[in-house]
Order: sequence, then structure tokens, then C-alpha cells
Amino acid sequence: MSWGGSMSEFLSMGGYGFFVWTSWGVGAVLMIGLLIQSIAAARSAAREVQAIEQLSPRRRRRKADAE
Amino acid sequence: MRPKRQRLLIVITGLVFIGAAIGFALFALNEELDVFRSPSQVAESGFPEGKRFRVGGLVEDGSVSSEGIVTTFRVTDGAHSLTISYDKILPDLFREGQGVIALGTLNAGGTFEAQEVLAKHDENYMPPEVADALKKSGHFKPEGGDS
Amino acid sequence: MHRFANPTRFLRLAAAVLPFSAAVAALCLGAGLVWGLFFAPPDYQQGDTVRIMFIHVPAAMMSMGVYAGMAIASAIALIWRHAVADLIAKASAPIGATFCFICLLTGSLWGKPMWGTWWVWDARLTSMLIMLFIYLGYMALWQAFDDQTKAARAAAILALVGAINLPIIKFSVEWWNTLHQPASLITMSGPKIHASLLWPLLLMIVGFGAYYLTVLIYRVRAEIHMRRTRMLRLAQADRHAAMQAAE
Repeated sequence: MSWGGSMSEFLSMGGYGFFVWTSWGVGAVLMIGLLIQSIAAARSAAREVQAIEQLSPRRRRRKADAE
Repeated sequence: MRPKRQRLLIVITGLVFIGAAIGFALFALNEELDVFRSPSQVAESGFPEGKRFRVGGLVEDGSVSSEGIVTTFRVTDGAHSLTISYDKILPDLFREGQGVIALGTLNAGGTFEAQEVLAKHDENYMPPEVADALKKSGHFKPEGGDS
Repeated sequence: MHRFANPTRFLRLAAAVLPFSAAVAALCLGAGLVWGLFFAPPDYQQGDTVRIMFIHVPAAMMSMGVYAGMAIASAIALIWRHAVADLIAKASAPIGATFCFICLLTGSLWGKPMWGTWWVWDARLTSMLIMLFIYLGYMALWQAFDDQTKAARAAAILALVGAINLPIIKFSVEWWNTLHQPASLITMSGPKIHASLLWPLLLMIVGFGAYYLTVLIYRVRAEIHMRRTRMLRLAQADRHAAMQAAE
């Protein structure tokens, strides 16, 4: 471990705390946000396709062939 | 629908055009930004006072001094050196032996008054202890900012 | 390759891959974070700002890698009319654009304390910014068409044409005199980074790669479902119109 064990020393990052923590912070927020948005989009798209397939159950075969 | 070959041809033509466009754009930007003169070029051609240009080189060992907020240092390319004064906060990478690029003007006394000083660093990364060990054993490649 | 042109088969494969890619992403990013922030030493020149590298470099590499993948998928979609390739390309764009933005932002945050400036119009930074604009243009082009087939074709051509920017980004630091440093990682003589900094960096790169695969699977899944919904809606509308015409 390269830190003297003190929390404030760790957070200060040798005086570059702002730059280091903003980089990691923004990176983490954007990547977690994109992941959550993607999962939500996949779920809602799956729900939608299920709902519409139930509206035309007998026609499913023919539509699948047309695809 | 067009045949495959024709579609490919269109794509390739487009590629060439965009490539040329980006290349030209970068070339133009490059002309604007990156033409920096070495201290030798300044010494030889004697740049007119008051004309803005860039000077690049290594900070000479033992040449850095400060007076209030103004820092004065010499930048060298081995053959010639040029005195530079700067009244803003220097980048943290600024130190003796480091490659720097300064933008500014020459004054009547032959001192380069910088409005901006940027520091370059090279592609090597290592912990301080490793750098010290390399220096001791003589295997350290001195970094030449813009070698 | 054509085996995976079938969306159902693709979804089955993706579902099998997902747990592994998600686990690798979580493990590598978690370990890389701890190693990079707590255990890696500071750099002899750049001190603790070197920790920005663990985000900046993987984001830069992946934004280029994702673009390369997007261009290849576009070519496959364009030439062979592959039914899933265009959706893979479409789903990749927001991920690549996010990486590209993270790379530019962290680069700026690194440049300010070290170089002395947030931004400089040198060839590396400029060509990277151009890639972000190509990503955004690509995403906008998909939205610009009502007809998804036409949108796919136009976007694929843009992706292929923009691929010329990739070698320009990679070699910009050699071809032009840039403030940005030359390559540290992928060089002819091997990495220029000491092992104590290199290992956490490699972990983060693998983590970013697995993260891309994970998010890509979710996004392609969404695209496949949305395309099917669109087709079923159209069929329903047709049926409705036919019924009304018969009355």
C-alpha cells in the first residue's frame, strides 16, 4: 500500500484529488448509468413485444415466416 | 438494388474522400499549432519584436529563478538557449530538463515573454524508486520531452 | 456467421454469454479500481495523476475498438444483408460514444495539472474529438429515417467512411508533432509502463472490454425486440385496413 494509512492523505491524491476523483467519478457514473439504461430498455422492449404477440396469437406463425 | 461490387466501390470512394478531408483539416491545425521554433532558429533568424510565436526546447539545468510571480528560465536545444519569462502558474510537470513549449513574444531586451507555457512528457511510466534505481545503475534514458 | 443472422439463435447465444461477460466485467473493474487507486505506486514524473490513466487509456482503446467493431458489423450488414449485424452496429454506437467522451474528459482533467492546459488543438486530441462527432452523427442518422432499412444503410456507410479516422488517431502522435505523448502500451518495443502500473491497467482494459460485451448484449436484445414489435404493429395495421376495406 502506497498510502501512509491516513484517509485524508488518500483523498488528497498528492494534491491532485480533484482531477483524479472527478475522472473516476464521472467515468463510473456514466458507465453505471449506461448499463442501467440498457437493461431497462431491454426489459421494456421485451414486455412490449410480449404484449403485442398476445394480441395476435393465431397470426404469430405467419408473421414469423414473413420476417 | 445495386450489385455488391458497385456498393463496395461507393464505400471505398467515400472512405478516400473523408480520409483526405480529415487529413487536410489536421494538417491545417498542425500548421497553426505545432510549428514551434527552437532557440537556435530564433537566434539565427532574429524574430521581430512583438510577433507572437512558439518556442520549444528543454529547460536548462539551474536556469530557473523566480521574482515575485514572474519565473525566468532558459530553454535550450543544445546549441543555443533563450531566456523566457512567465508570470502565470507553471504546469506541475515543469522542471529542469523537461520539454516545454512556450507561446509569446520577444521583447526589446531579447527575452521571450511567454503568455502560455505547456509541459511535455514522454511515454515512460514507472514508480519513483524504479527511476532512482535506473539512474544509479546508469540505465536511465533521460527524457527528452520532445525527442 | 450466417448462423447468427437468425435473431432467435443470436438471443440464445447472447443469453449464454451474458453471465460470464458480466462476471468478468464486475471482477476486473472492481479489482482494477482497488489496485489502481490504492496499491499502484505514483509515477516518478506525474505523481498521483497517473491514476487517471486507468480510466483514460481503457476508454480510449475501447472507444476505438468499439468503432472498429461497429465498422466491421456495418460492412457485414451492408454487403451480406446480415439481419443482426446492423443491430449490433447500432447498439454499439452509444457505448463507443460514452467511452470516447470519458476519454476526452479524463484527458482534459489530466492535461490541466500536467501539461498546463485543459485542451490543445493537436492532432491526437482533434482526431479523437472528430471520432466523438462521427459517433454522434451515426446515432443521429439512425434517428433521421423513418424507414429502418434506409437508416441502416446510410448509417453503415457513415460508419465505414469514418473508419479512416482510426489509423489517423493511432498514428497521429507519430505523424504530427503533438503535445500528447507517443504510445506507451502498443509499441514496437513493448509497453513503456512499469509492471506495477501495467497490471492494474491491463485489468481495467479487460474490464472495459467485458463491460462493452455485457451492455452490447442488453442493447442488441432491446433492438431485436423493438424491430419485432414494429413488424407486428405494421402487420396489425395492414390487417385492420384489410378488414375495413372488406366492409
